[in-house]
Amino acid sequence: MGTHAKGLLKRFCGRKDLNWPPGMTANDLQGLANAPPLITVSNLCKSFGGQPALDNVSLTVAAGERVALIGSSGSGKTTLLRCVAHLEKPTSGEVIVAGRHVGDRIVDGRKIVMLDRQLAEIRTGIGMVFQRFNLFPHLTALENIMLGPLKVLRMKRDEIEPFALELLKKVGLAHKAGAYPEHLSGGQQQRVAIARSLAMRPKLMLFDEATSALDPELVAEVLEVMRQLAAEGMTMLIVTHEMAFAEDVADRIVVMDHGTIVDQGRPADLIANPRHPRTLALLRPKRAANLRSAS
Amino acid sequence: MSEWTRSASMMPELLSALLSGALTTIEITFFSFILATVIGAALAIVQSFPATLPRAVIRVYVEVMRGTPVLTQLFVLYFGLAQIGIKLDPIPVAILGFGINGGALLTEVFRAGLQSVHVGQSEAAFMLGMSRLKALRYVLLPQAMRVVIPPLANYGVGLLKETALASAVAAPELSFYARNLVTKTYLSGPIYVMAATIYIAMSFPLSRLAQHLELRASRGRRAP
Repeated sequence: MGTHAKGLLKRFCGRKDLNWPPGMTANDLQGLANAPPLITVSNLCKSFGGQPALDNVSLTVAAGERVALIGSSGSGKTTLLRCVAHLEKPTSGEVIVAGRHVGDRIVDGRKIVMLDRQLAEIRTGIGMVFQRFNLFPHLTALENIMLGPLKVLRMKRDEIEPFALELLKKVGLAHKAGAYPEHLSGGQQQRVAIARSLAMRPKLMLFDEATSALDPELVAEVLEVMRQLAAEGMTMLIVTHEMAFAEDVADRIVVMDHGTIVDQGRPADLIANPRHPRTLALLRPKRAANLRSAS
Repeated sequence: MSEWTRSASMMPELLSALLSGALTTIEITFFSFILATVIGAALAIVQSFPATLPRAVIRVYVEVMRGTPVLTQLFVLYFGLAQIGIKLDPIPVAILGFGINGGALLTEVFRAGLQSVHVGQSEAAFMLGMSRLKALRYVLLPQAMRVVIPPLANYGVGLLKETALASAVAAPELSFYARNLVTKTYLSGPIYVMAATIYIAMSFPLSRLAQHLELRASRGRRAP
């Protein structure tokens, strides 16, 4: 790691107000065997206009773990991810990220409202990659990456620019620093969006169907970047329809159906020993169809 | 002697009087435009927050301003306030009147601009750890401006002409001078033609500027 990135890490992790578990830095996260879970979701319910989307979901994700959320459309996987980021307000239940409660909560019958500022602090440590990329169209690729560090972490431009360029290089787009999003392909935009999240030195990355809006030939380049991140030990919660990718990269696959978690486990175990019909239907559709026609 | 030849001989006096009125027109237009823009942007931002009471108050303000003629609003400010002991000079009354009237109009313009930005943009900003205000400042407003600038510029051009109404509260602007000169000299034709020419001379560069800004705002950098 360059001296620059080191200074950046120090600066970021030295921020008192972030209040991550004491002593924890981005580097320590890798291989921390007995660390407290980075994400704890307990008894989470969410309904949209009376229509339940999540029904009593509980899930923990350890630091350094890669968890893939799979399930058909409407199974609640994206809603679960968005509740972790508090882009959706849970109807009931609890979300804790890195030891901090996310959102309003009720203690002794009194409602404690989470302030905009506190929520922003927690989100500073969470990177999120969206299906529709959501790059800022009025900024170049490089400016997109630098905006967070400049305005949220209040870093100086000359402090962050080399690191931002390094990140662009890492996602294979060093030559596109000055390009506006509209001049980039979908795959390139998504890679810039990943770099934009990484510039904040997140403890955790959330991927919301990061490749679903891409032309088929552009999917691989984005998955490659995600694979690389996983190899570096980033904690990742990934909503995806790319089953081969999930099997390959995830430490654990979580299967959702009708707003609940119906199955979960290591990819190989799940395929060998599925506990729910959805599991095999999603991971091995052909075998599941054969089973059905045989019976 | 026709009124046109008579007015030709009086040209220097007429022109200098009208031009000093034009200066006041520019002054009123400029300051009420600034005031209206500040009010419009500020209220649209407040409206974008979930709190319901401020939103209701803003709605009432917008509806009252849109539902009454500017002329009436100027009279209320000038004569109405005087009755309760607040005596304002005509020019401040005009600036204030056009400012709060335009503010209501521009609140809607800025609101539409902010709403035109895709919700994913604020979500992306929030996930970088931005507060609502930072997201507005660095992500939403810059993009909203693309939608806001054309109607904002058109509003400015319209405002320049609309300030003629300020003559009703005796603000010494272009139309006020024109009418005074007509009552003194009875040269209604030439004087109003001269006044119209001065209005065009002021509004033409403004509308060219508006076109230029519109073009610049629409060029490139569209949301993908």
